[in-house]
Amino acid sequence: MTNNNKVKVAFFDFASCEGCQLTIVDALQTHLDLLDAVEIVQFREAITEKGEDYLIAFVEGSCTRKCDEERLFKIREQAAIVVALGSCAHTGGINALKNIQPSLQGVREYVYGDKADWYETYPTRPISAVIDVDAFIPGCPIDRGEFVKVVKNVLLGKAPGIPDYPVCVECKLKENVCLLLEGKPCLGPVTRAGCGAICPTYGEGCEGCRGIIPHPNENAMKDVLEEAGLSLDEIMARFTMYNAYQAEQIETAEEIV
Amino acid sequence: MSTVNINVHHVTRVEGHGNIVLNAKNGKIEKCQFDVVEAPRFFEGFVRGRPYTEINHITSRICGICSVGHSTTSAMATENALGVELTEQATLLRKLLFHGEILDSHILHTYYLVAPDFFGAGSVIPLIGINRPVVERALRMKKLAGDLCAIIAGRHTHPVSLVVGGFSHVPKEQELRDMRKQLVDARPDVEASVELFASLDWPKFERDTEYVSLTKDDEYAFVGGRIKTSDGFEYPVEDYKKVTNEYLVPHSTAKWTKHNRDEYMVGALARFNNNFDQLHPKAKEAAAALGMAPKVTNTFLNSGAQIVEIAHCLEDSIRIIDELLERGIKQEKPAEIKTKDGEGWASCDVPRGILFHHYKYEDGLCQEANCIIPTNQNYGNLNADMEKLAPQIIDQPQDKIRLMLEMLVRAYDPCISCSTHLLDVKFV
Repeated sequence: MTNNNKVKVAFFDFASCEGCQLTIVDALQTHLDLLDAVEIVQFREAITEKGEDYLIAFVEGSCTRKCDEERLFKIREQAAIVVALGSCAHTGGINALKNIQPSLQGVREYVYGDKADWYETYPTRPISAVIDVDAFIPGCPIDRGEFVKVVKNVLLGKAPGIPDYPVCVECKLKENVCLLLEGKPCLGPVTRAGCGAICPTYGEGCEGCRGIIPHPNENAMKDVLEEAGLSLDEIMARFTMYNAYQAEQIETAEEIV
Repeated sequence: MSTVNINVHHVTRVEGHGNIVLNAKNGKIEKCQFDVVEAPRFFEGFVRGRPYTEINHITSRICGICSVGHSTTSAMATENALGVELTEQATLLRKLLFHGEILDSHILHTYYLVAPDFFGAGSVIPLIGINRPVVERALRMKKLAGDLCAIIAGRHTHPVSLVVGGFSHVPKEQELRDMRKQLVDARPDVEASVELFASLDWPKFERDTEYVSLTKDDEYAFVGGRIKTSDGFEYPVEDYKKVTNEYLVPHSTAKWTKHNRDEYMVGALARFNNNFDQLHPKAKEAAAALGMAPKVTNTFLNSGAQIVEIAHCLEDSIRIIDELLERGIKQEKPAEIKTKDGEGWASCDVPRGILFHHYKYEDGLCQEANCIIPTNQNYGNLNADMEKLAPQIIDQPQDKIRLMLEMLVRAYDPCISCSTHLLDVKFV
């Protein structure tokens, strides 16, 4: 706490589209009063000042190179609370799609040709693979309302309040017709809720951007898929869109067993 | 004579990471450049092998600010490859959604990122204390732009229902009527914005360059069209590489481009210069208020051109909604897709300028991808501007030089996250 009783917060970004930070800027449209509770000391996308004294760090983006690690260690050292912001930071997200290409060097050369070595990169990781993370706000992008809720909870010293149940719950509450019944692939049954089931509501199957729920009911998922005429392979292909890093980890764990 | 060493590490109030370096000894400039230091993300590399249905949702994630632009261009390129035709309604909805993004992005840039420099503020936040009604106007306008996108695609950042073949969700008639009313009610806000930005003391700086944009016969071009340059060239989109001619420079993780000269400029100012006649009359009034008539060669006025486009897009959004309502909204599904092998191109003029997506598909899976981003195309021009501006201001205090260089970078509205995946992929 500072003299003005505001909690100092800072925003940082790594490999990402900065859409989550934009979503936070948008959250101010309806919650300008958040600025009465927190003081933003660093937010490169939106403000020039750069303060190094902060209590809460919000980190958007994945770790994709050695120099990112140094920045993350520094943030961890300073912040009492580190919050992973959005899919890239939380699960590795879209950036981890490069991890499941046949060869990382191949990807680098495809994009940068014979200059590939000019551009440092290694397999994408969520930030929790590099530093301890106290909370996460999932999604690609994050949900505006959920961000406001998490900030309030953290300021009150409460748990962030991210749901553990699947997107299907919210989809049912919206009274949407189940897309699986229409034969559309949807990861709703195993993906963490909190987005208000926005994709199914707008006619698109869930892409799993908020990560998989703890203890997913795999058998029920298989039954649902079977009824929809979809194979587990078809669903797993979709699963890698946002969870390629997790898919890799599972595979590695199975190899060890 | 002055000795100046400016090193702006991670320029603020831009999207992504870039550095400015200026070294001068005894008034002589030794080094003056803009470096891109963003972590590369390799989109073209990792979309290979993914199904066509995912590609525009993945490439949307190139940029959170122009995600509608990427998603639209990507879907169009895929539709071009697979021979998909859109309905008239879907075409109109795409244009309306696109206007929502132009409004959103331009309001963000002019009010939140550019305006603080004119008030000696480090961000929009202190302006709340100085002039709260202006900040509230900005928040209100930006929310309206986001809401316009949301009724069509679910949200602005990473639109959900924009899919290959059209839309997976169609707004209801009442939603469009409500939105029309809100847009009409926003006219005084747009007028006040024109007045505000016309009153600013824009830096004096002139450097003629080649301006590159899309153009169309029947409208001010944003979604599709032909490539046009102010040096008198026109190309169909499939010849985009004749314009971009990409090359790599060691201090940047982005590829640079050039056409008829050593550099060219894309963005609102290029569109303004190339297609001025097609602007809505109210946008032309805004231009007159800002003292702008083509050809404008003051880069700082790219932000002025954005204000002009805000006026245009607000009016044209109302017109499109009227057309949709007159036709009657149909709850139609996206076009049926038959996957086939094929190659396709598309271009849109997104908030920061002309954007190209190019793919090759086999069995519905992406085999090759190439995306050329507006900000990349501007780097050469930005550096040429810096080289011309720096000697003109080198005798000023170091803080002032630094601010002017930062303001120049910001004038381009650079989207550095976008620009860090480079291409010139040779399709086999």
